[in-house]
Amino acid sequence: MALTKAEMAERLFLDVGLNKREAKEFVDAFFESVRDALERGEQVKLSGFGNFDLRFKNQRPGRNPKTGEEIPISARRVVTFRPGQKLKVRVEAYAGSGEQ
Amino acid sequence: MTKSELIEALSARQQHLAANDVELAVKSLLEQMTHALAEGDRIEIRGFGSFSLHFRPPRMGRNPKTGDAVALPGKHVPHFKPGKELRERVNGSTAPIVESEDE
Repeated sequence: MALTKAEMAERLFLDVGLNKREAKEFVDAFFESVRDALERGEQVKLSGFGNFDLRFKNQRPGRNPKTGEEIPISARRVVTFRPGQKLKVRVEAYAGSGEQ
Repeated sequence: MTKSELIEALSARQQHLAANDVELAVKSLLEQMTHALAEGDRIEIRGFGSFSLHFRPPRMGRNPKTGDAVALPGKHVPHFKPGKELRERVNGSTAPIVESEDE
């Protein structure tokens, strides 16, 4: 089961005591604030969880996978995520379900 | 932007919430996300992106000090794929890129 905004809001209602409307708005505002910062060109560092970095990628050759036609991939700015130490350690311990 | 700056930004945005609740809520969200990934679950946030695990197979590594070969077990690493809205907003921006100071 994937974690979704609805489930996150439910936990804010149960654990933090925000009412359901506040909780839903808060989850939206959280992701919007991170997007906002990245759109403003700001790296986002959430210690323990990870960093959202911005990188510039030059134009490079690409291909339409369906037709095989060569088309350049234009230069662009992208977000990359670098997991923090705490997240890495907790995820490494996951043994796997065999269904990945 | 650091975690404490994110808490400040959210407090300014959600003025009806107590500052302490904003901090607790941010910590709760980050813990929920960490917990989901630690359990092998995905995180799917439309317009922001999805987090999943990638498997790194076992490999032979080396102790950089002694040069001895060491068997490294397979492991999972977190992976983030930005969603469409985030990709488009970031790529459409011409603001200079700034790195955040440590907290």
